[in-house]
Amino acid sequence: MLADALLLQLGYNATLVTIGACLLGIAAGVAGTFLFLRKRALVSDAISHATLPGVGLAFILMVGMGGDGRSLFGLLVGAGFSAAIGLLCVHWLTTRTRLGEDAAIGAVLSVFFGFGIVILTVIQTMNAGRQAGLEGFLLGSTAGMLRGDAILLAVSATLVLLLVLILRRPLELAAFDPGYAQATGWSMGRIDLAMMGIVLVVTVVGLKVVGLILIVALLIVPAVTARFWTERAGHVVIIAGFVGGVSGYVGAAISAIAPALPTGPIVVLVGFTMFLVSLLLSPGRGVLASVLMHWRYQRRVHMRQGLLALAQGQPIFETLTHRLLRRAGLILPDGVPTSDGQAAAAKALLDETRWSIVRADQSFAAAATRYDGLTAIETVLTPDQLNEVDARIKAPEVVT
Amino acid sequence: MMGVEFVALSLTPILIGVCVAVACALPGNFLLLRRQALIGDAISHVVLPGIVVAFLLTGVVATGSMLLGAAGAAVLSVIAIDLIRRLGRIEAGAAMGVVFTAMFAGGVLLLERSDTSSVHLDVEHALFGNLESLIWLDARGWSSLLDPAALSGLPVELPRMAVALVVVTAFLWLFWRPLALSTFDEGFARGLGMPTGPLGLALVVVSAIAAVAAFDAVGSIIVIAMFICPPAAARMMTNRLGHQMVWSAAFAAFSAIIGYVLAGYGPIWIGASASVSAAGMIATVSGVILGVAAVAGPHRAKAS
Repeated sequence: MLADALLLQLGYNATLVTIGACLLGIAAGVAGTFLFLRKRALVSDAISHATLPGVGLAFILMVGMGGDGRSLFGLLVGAGFSAAIGLLCVHWLTTRTRLGEDAAIGAVLSVFFGFGIVILTVIQTMNAGRQAGLEGFLLGSTAGMLRGDAILLAVSATLVLLLVLILRRPLELAAFDPGYAQATGWSMGRIDLAMMGIVLVVTVVGLKVVGLILIVALLIVPAVTARFWTERAGHVVIIAGFVGGVSGYVGAAISAIAPALPTGPIVVLVGFTMFLVSLLLSPGRGVLASVLMHWRYQRRVHMRQGLLALAQGQPIFETLTHRLLRRAGLILPDGVPTSDGQAAAAKALLDETRWSIVRADQSFAAAATRYDGLTAIETVLTPDQLNEVDARIKAPEVVT
Repeated sequence: MMGVEFVALSLTPILIGVCVAVACALPGNFLLLRRQALIGDAISHVVLPGIVVAFLLTGVVATGSMLLGAAGAAVLSVIAIDLIRRLGRIEAGAAMGVVFTAMFAGGVLLLERSDTSSVHLDVEHALFGNLESLIWLDARGWSSLLDPAALSGLPVELPRMAVALVVVTAFLWLFWRPLALSTFDEGFARGLGMPTGPLGLALVVVSAIAAVAAFDAVGSIIVIAMFICPPAAARMMTNRLGHQMVWSAAFAAFSAIIGYVLAGYGPIWIGASASVSAAGMIATVSGVILGVAAVAGPHRAKAS
């Protein structure tokens, strides 16, 4: 069953929805990356919650004009309008009053959502409102979508993706190098406006798929996940698009075979799983990689300190150091160095002596910055320089 | 409207609403000034999985276990946000967005998958709450306020919310100086030897207590609104922290009372038959107050 859903074998509507969700996920992932890099990720939360009154009012308006009020297009237009008003409120509160952006986001989010709830309860008392199905906008529901709605979803998701791809250059520039973008004649205000516009469109299109409470995850999670895998600007965008696309695709497919479940949470949890895997396993920033690096570093420090102790004829009591040296075959169980151990210890002591000379001499200042107690000095200085340093090592003197 | 019916049907919801609003608004002042306003948002989302897990583990809708589960989830989410922020070197807002959406999604799926149809536990209830249903059946008019038998029939949410309000107020009163100092000048506070880290965490925990206690009665939407809107409006009215607290408490109580009355009686006044969501209306009123304060408050401008 799941294989059927993933291979798009569940009929025309389900296929359209799944592909639409995938395209929407890609668009959300890419757009969310710019939002994330501009450190404004949670603005999208305000936008998405602000759609609710628009959905409700559009429904009432359409019923008032004699329809049954369930036209998805009309509802989404209403959602877009009130989301735009919410966005303007956030902008106005942030720029014109002393409130920070986080407070503005929270205020708009809760007030618009509360007002939306009031309108929803009004709708429930209307005759036409009993089967309005507006709850589907809270958590998303794609199972059993009408043909027209599925086509609308797929087409608008495609258009959003195209829009994002067209505006990719200026957005990338603004996200990674605002100074350069301004110097080359882009207006940051306008780029930000375009970015917010795209986020708004993604949110509105995603309402029916992910739902307004969780759509923010589709914008944030892919970007955060991608950040774990690369340090390069272009790559973050591509990986985020990929993560978003997979979340949308798999989420919609699973939802198609489990119609009782809302789609939004499934999409979000698919994305979150990819995030968790990245958090744990990604090279460089991942938890596992960090732990391994720490562990390796610890062993190198213990090894080095152990060898220096051997060279100076001091006994080794520390168990980890003892074990490491034993395993490398540098000491015997009773702590006496083997011939290999004596050689390695002498080398370590020579290294340390050379470093102390280098660090005391201003003319080696550049090289001295590389000192961390572990780096072998041969990797920093040329043989000629080493000879020069060695000439300054004093012969051991007899202490009287 | 001031008769027997009012005491039985409206008095307790209004009192509960006022307790919730003030209990959330007071710590909200500090969260707002510390630029952590959205913590309230995150907490009220993650409370849902906590409650669902507590229900699945115990199998009954018991207040104690659910409060524990919700508080556990809130603390877990704060830890997870901090961990992701540090491990991944990710901005706090984005880390928050990842954690609370994922936990909320998990809670919704758990709820839908498990058999909770027999009990009063669903997503809509978690979001909007059900303030209107917290009526006082034993009341026979104002005299019932002095009647022990009738008082024992009060909805359990009222004493619980009152306790939460006392806990929050006591915490803020006891730690007023260190809290204020570390909010405005963290470096200086640390220099004086104040434990600013634990203090910040304690503030979040106290906020979580208020949010969790309120959540069951009124749903998450009021909680988020009350954490942010009254303090934000109060911020426009004054430059002094003490005054701001008083303003915010007044705004919060005002929103709760006016919001409830508008939701319960407003539609009847304009001729409609049924009432609208009280939680939504309270949030809306607090937004209107914030709007007025933002347009006309004496200290609304950025630099003052």
